[in-house]
Amino acid sequence: MNLLTLFLSALLINNVILSKFIGMCPFMGVSTKLSSAIGMGVAVIFVIFGASVLSWALYYYALVPLGLEYMKLICFILLIAAFVQFVEMFIKKNSPALYKSLGIYLPLITTNCAVLYVALDNITQKYNLIETMVNSIAVSAGFMLVLVIFATIRERLAASDVPEAWKGNPIAFVVAAIMAIAFSAFAGLV
Amino acid sequence: MSTTEKKRGFWSEMIYNNPVFGLYLGICSTLAITTTLNNAIGMGVAVIAVLTLSNIVISLIAPLTPDEIHIPVYIVVIATLVTVVGMLMQAYTPELYSTLGTFIDLIVVNCIILGRAEAYASSHNVAESARDGLMMGLSYTFSLIAMSLIRQLLGTGVLEFSNPMNNQLIFSVRLIPESFVIPVFTTQTGAFLTFAILAAAISAIKNNDAKKAADAAKARADKEKAAAAKAVKPAKEAA
Repeated sequence: MNLLTLFLSALLINNVILSKFIGMCPFMGVSTKLSSAIGMGVAVIFVIFGASVLSWALYYYALVPLGLEYMKLICFILLIAAFVQFVEMFIKKNSPALYKSLGIYLPLITTNCAVLYVALDNITQKYNLIETMVNSIAVSAGFMLVLVIFATIRERLAASDVPEAWKGNPIAFVVAAIMAIAFSAFAGLV
Repeated sequence: MSTTEKKRGFWSEMIYNNPVFGLYLGICSTLAITTTLNNAIGMGVAVIAVLTLSNIVISLIAPLTPDEIHIPVYIVVIATLVTVVGMLMQAYTPELYSTLGTFIDLIVVNCIILGRAEAYASSHNVAESARDGLMMGLSYTFSLIAMSLIRQLLGTGVLEFSNPMNNQLIFSVRLIPESFVIPVFTTQTGAFLTFAILAAAISAIKNNDAKKAADAAKARADKEKAAAAKAVKPAKEAA
């Protein structure tokens, strides 16, 4: 498969949030401020890339030779949890400044379904290592793109006059619906 | 569980403790798989099974688990149960399994399950945890069914349900003529819109109840004040 096509379709056309609905919890949770959206986005790109490559290697070099393919769910989720913990400890020790800005988002990423989704998707689509890397960067960049756009809209939404029952999350979902219409226009791109 | 919660009926518990529209947990699957009633019920049953079993297992092993590693232990329990449920579905309901796809695997990271394990099952006994798992699972399933009814009805005009075991149609009714359907409800946009409307409706019900409670409290306070004033008056007259 053409790598550029793969990148564009994972970034825009099959956007992980707006067309697959994956990673909705952090999308709603940390999108109220632009700075936290950027922090979360960077952390997610890093963790998804690392976790996808590691779980790809784990699957093809450990689970397949041992005939334990059905264990992939349990192994991947443990790998992701351990990886996130390890990254957190590493950043805390080596870069306290970075830890201060990213630290609180890291533990949340373990339960971000996007990480597990990308790891499983790379296996179901039978991607090789290069395709796995491209796909995981594209998916996580797409996550960050939508998260940042959404956060800028929500910052303005906070100052506007919204009917009582629609305050908070309901109106945010309406915004997401309109963004989904905009993103559906990318469908003819590739 | 507090007494006020016990007093409420089944349906108001479904609305007040609704994990999806009240707490915004498990949104991913709610948005993604509610295109048809079949998917919604299939997913709901899978989540009820995993949630009830995981609550039971976790309430049993919680006293034995060291505090530092309790989250990884819970995740392994949940992942094992999801793998088992996924295998059963693959064997008995292959069509449903292939349409729900990765969302069955993603039950592992559904916040409702780990959330209930952490907040409820780890500190309650087996029977209470099983009941909590069942109620939360039912509440989640009702949310899925509500979403899918709206989306399927407005998007295709047809309500249908088929037996997941052999894929035979059980019933199928066309309620809206084909030229009047709104296909956008079957797309991603429709999912977000339906969710927004239902979430706003739930929050309107809650606001309304809170207002009623406040009004009732105010009326009671006014009555007491009036009664107190009345009690003071004769005392003054007597003086």
